[in-house]
Amino acid sequence: MDIIQIKNLTKQYDKLTAVDGISFDVKEGEIFGLLGPNGAGKTTTLMMLSTLLKPTSGFASVNGHDVVKQQGLVRNSIGMVFQDPSSDTLLSGYENLKLHALMYNLPLKEINSRIDKVLDLVDLQKRKHDVVKKYSGGMRRRLEIARGLLHSPKVFFLDEPTLGLDPQTRDHIWEYIQNLAKQTKMTIIVTTHYMEEAEKLCNRIAIIDHGKIAALDSPANLKRALGGDKVILKGRIDTETLKKFPFVKKAEVIEGAVHLSVEQAGKNLQELLCSAGDVENVEVHSPDLNDVFLNLTGRAMREEGEASSYIQDITRAT
Amino acid sequence: MYALWYREFRVFTREKSRVFSSVALPLFWYFIFGNGVGSMKGNAVDYQHFIFPGFLAMTIIFTGLFAGAYIVWDKKIDFLKEVLITPLSRTTVFFGKAMGSMTDALIQSYFLLAIGIFLGMKYSVSSFLLSMAILFIFAYGLISLGLIIGSFMESPEGYGLISSFVIYPLFLLSGAVYPLDNLPVWMQVLTRIDPATYAVDALRFVILGAKYANMPILLDIAVLLFFDVLMAFVGTWAFKRLRL
Repeated sequence: MDIIQIKNLTKQYDKLTAVDGISFDVKEGEIFGLLGPNGAGKTTTLMMLSTLLKPTSGFASVNGHDVVKQQGLVRNSIGMVFQDPSSDTLLSGYENLKLHALMYNLPLKEINSRIDKVLDLVDLQKRKHDVVKKYSGGMRRRLEIARGLLHSPKVFFLDEPTLGLDPQTRDHIWEYIQNLAKQTKMTIIVTTHYMEEAEKLCNRIAIIDHGKIAALDSPANLKRALGGDKVILKGRIDTETLKKFPFVKKAEVIEGAVHLSVEQAGKNLQELLCSAGDVENVEVHSPDLNDVFLNLTGRAMREEGEASSYIQDITRAT
Repeated sequence: MYALWYREFRVFTREKSRVFSSVALPLFWYFIFGNGVGSMKGNAVDYQHFIFPGFLAMTIIFTGLFAGAYIVWDKKIDFLKEVLITPLSRTTVFFGKAMGSMTDALIQSYFLLAIGIFLGMKYSVSSFLLSMAILFIFAYGLISLGLIIGSFMESPEGYGLISSFVIYPLFLLSGAVYPLDNLPVWMQVLTRIDPATYAVDALRFVILGAKYANMPILLDIAVLLFFDVLMAFVGTWAFKRLRL
């Protein structure tokens, strides 16, 4: 049985439909990504799965428990790292973890050894008695990851775990998550709007936009659906001849350069170049999830994501 | 429940300035009122003794309500999410928070009670213990009230509203700083609605003697207990509907 089952899950606010009848399943042990711009409904979906929000309609179960009717059982099986920091800044890292352990009713004898274990995992052992106020953003996030793991949940939700962190810290955090997935059989659900991250990390990705799932597959399959690699040629190019190759899926001229979608460009490039005419410059890149998103929604994800988070920051500041 | 208490207590002891100001403020007020208003009547010492129980209640009103409403801060720093996502039931969360804040408020008011000895208050062992008990049941009700208000509030900016529309009326209408005997009828009605009136009255009965009290002590206690039970019901209800 799938560890997470979602059928027609919907969350409606007064006028806004934040999540609009989504359905998907997640298998045990999977790293599953929810990818989409801010406001697409990723966080709302996680909130419903973690029982913090009540769905307007539809069904969802986590670890076999209904998120509406069996909230206690669901909460026992999950761990969560929220988008915004949620540790108490006046307590030390150790105290935050101990508090968490007590709230989950972990056996008193095990608490300290468990805390040490998760602290080792996120490399915070040395700073455990410092007050969280003195932690950097990345340390705090790591502490919260440790906290979410303390009670060994079956399913681990991470909501934008790297938002607002510098690239180096981001890499570190992903490393932790990847190690985690290897070491345990935990199912990990992660939301992000960084496409490279989702691509590297996730077994499967659901692209979500305006509360609906636009596509769901492994990153490789999502990209394959685009019709192969991108080849950009400059020079005096014989476009018509190129179009006749079976492995050329699409050809268009943009700003004087010829953009081609080519299947298995590595293998076919040589043949392609021989018939291309007078080539001055060749550029080959494999499509990334940004291309996928662009193709599905007609918009680039990056710009919108950043613009709306900028607006959020403004509203928060005022 | 112990977990939530642990957290409140740790936070409280860490904020030393909060501990200090919460004890110092009522004392400060006490001397200003006691000497200022007292000088008018010619006998400052009597008046100071008269209002002392009122200022015990005041520590509870101020620190208790604020401690309760502090839950808004948890909302703000998203700590509340972390609590609500644990398997703890909402009822447990409510009582855990209440116990935690009560510890803060009671430490302060008991401290003030003890300082009373140096201010010339005369306790017997039983009156001291009884005062502690009254402060306890009063603190529970008020902190619950604070938690309930806090659970409805969206942001800490509403704190100002709480102090002008809840804390000051509760304090000023309780008869903490004036006798209740010769008030106009409309004000008497208001003082009778204020639960703090009964706490002040009961404390006066215990500390100063029956002739300083307006109502029978059993009535005072009954009203306070009723208030506690009511707050417990409203509080668990408010926490169950609490959404983020």
